[in-house]
Amino acid sequence: MKFVMAVIKPSKLDQVRDALTALGIEGMTVSEVKGYGRQKGHTEIYRGAEYVVSFLPKVKIEVGLRDELVPRVIEAIRNAARTGSIGDGKIFVYDLEKAVRIRTGESDNDAI
Amino acid sequence: MTKFKAGALGALLLLAAPALAAESKIDTGDTAWMLVSTALVLLMTLPGLALFYAGMVRRKNILATTAQTLATCALMSVLWVVVGYSLAFTEGGAFLGDLSRFMLMGMGMTDTHALAKTVPEAIFMMFQMTFAIITPALILGAAADRMKFSAMLWFMGLWMLVVYAPVAHWVWGGGFLGSAGVLDFAGGIVVHINAGIAGLVTALVLGKRLGYGTENLAPHNLTLSVVGVSLLWVGWFGFNAGSAAAADARAGMAMTATHVAAATAALSWMFAEWLVNKKPSVLGIVSGAVAGLGTITPASGFVTPGAALIIGAVAGVVCFWASTSLKRKLGYDDSLDVFGVHGVGGVLGTLATGVFATVAVAGLNDKGEPNGSGLVDGNAAQIGTQAYGAVVVIVYCAALTYIILKVIDAVIGLRVEADEEREGLDLVLHGEQVH
Repeated sequence: MKFVMAVIKPSKLDQVRDALTALGIEGMTVSEVKGYGRQKGHTEIYRGAEYVVSFLPKVKIEVGLRDELVPRVIEAIRNAARTGSIGDGKIFVYDLEKAVRIRTGESDNDAI
Repeated sequence: MTKFKAGALGALLLLAAPALAAESKIDTGDTAWMLVSTALVLLMTLPGLALFYAGMVRRKNILATTAQTLATCALMSVLWVVVGYSLAFTEGGAFLGDLSRFMLMGMGMTDTHALAKTVPEAIFMMFQMTFAIITPALILGAAADRMKFSAMLWFMGLWMLVVYAPVAHWVWGGGFLGSAGVLDFAGGIVVHINAGIAGLVTALVLGKRLGYGTENLAPHNLTLSVVGVSLLWVGWFGFNAGSAAAADARAGMAMTATHVAAATAALSWMFAEWLVNKKPSVLGIVSGAVAGLGTITPASGFVTPGAALIIGAVAGVVCFWASTSLKRKLGYDDSLDVFGVHGVGGVLGTLATGVFATVAVAGLNDKGEPNGSGLVDGNAAQIGTQAYGAVVVIVYCAALTYIILKVIDAVIGLRVEADEEREGLDLVLHGEQVH
């Protein structure tokens, strides 16, 4: 089992969700987060004074999946979340040790 | 024209029956309008100004900003009744009134004031109270996010008694500026220059907010500011048209000029910002409206709607420049642009009154002299008189504001600690939070 964590542009969330659902992914966790990568924030002007916004709003998606789905999920997220401009985000993949569905007690591949 | 005829008729009646002159004559129409105006001007502060300012600060300082306006309103009300009104609006001398209305002593049910002869004095006193509330409250925008609550209260109280009351006496209460012919219909000098200059001095004495110029200090919720400015805009009809102290045609022209200038200034600020910063911001549009309202204040009741169009259009662009480029160049942190909007707008409007004041709108006084006339009526000297009034108040207000702030700083300190400022005044000063 793998655990995929992707940080994407907030405006791309719906497209990513649709792409993952099409692959048979049945659930995911989403949080509003802030951060920066190579984009390094940007400068804004308020009443003539410039200031740097270092942490930009992003959305973090977390989903657990079977090993064999990983390449397709990465591809799906890339296709759905990509705009081509800097700040599109990143995808991280972890090994997932265990998963349990609370209601039924099912575990691992049956639980995700 | 009807006003002139009525004046002439009145003069004839006075000649025929001099005994009548001593009697006060309460007019129910005027009285009703002044009651409404008083309520409208209070609405400008609560909740208008409170919301306008609360929307422009950061999330951690919303309640502190609101509390400042609220507490200032209450404190000014008490001080006005105790001694403020007496100092500003009794005969006294050229520089200050006397104590004949201390605690409103001797103010009877049938008394009237010379500036509002057809309205009970209690209503005139209340109307003027709402001005004495909003003027100090305006200053607080310059001190946002960093002033101690206790220091703020001391400052508000002292400033109203030492700066506001005398200046109101000079211009309106029979003092030397009014006698010199300085025109200020509803408070370009008394309210806006006064608050704007005090705001600038306060910003300079307090110093910049932590993170100014590097961190994001942008407004947390401009919806509040839009609601606040909407209330200010409507309330301003009471502020300016109420300053006619009568339900008459001059009040109607003052209201017209007020609305026209607010609208043109909102547009001209918006377009200027659109041109310079590529986006017409909500903050820009509301700031423009306030700039127009502040700038037309001294001129309303003296100028035509056409002049108001010009005054508003210029006000939006000039105040935009003052609140952005000028502020940046000079490097002070006037947090919510009290100086850029009210100070600069007040000076602009005071001078514009010298240009555009016309007897056609201002009418004639009891002696048959014009209530005001400017360059458009061939009286170019009025511009100099206006400049004199503005300069006197700028110098006095700046000096006294500086002294008051320095004294408070020496005794109890003006500014919160750096850690407290970082944490936010809501929690640190008031133990409360929103959102």
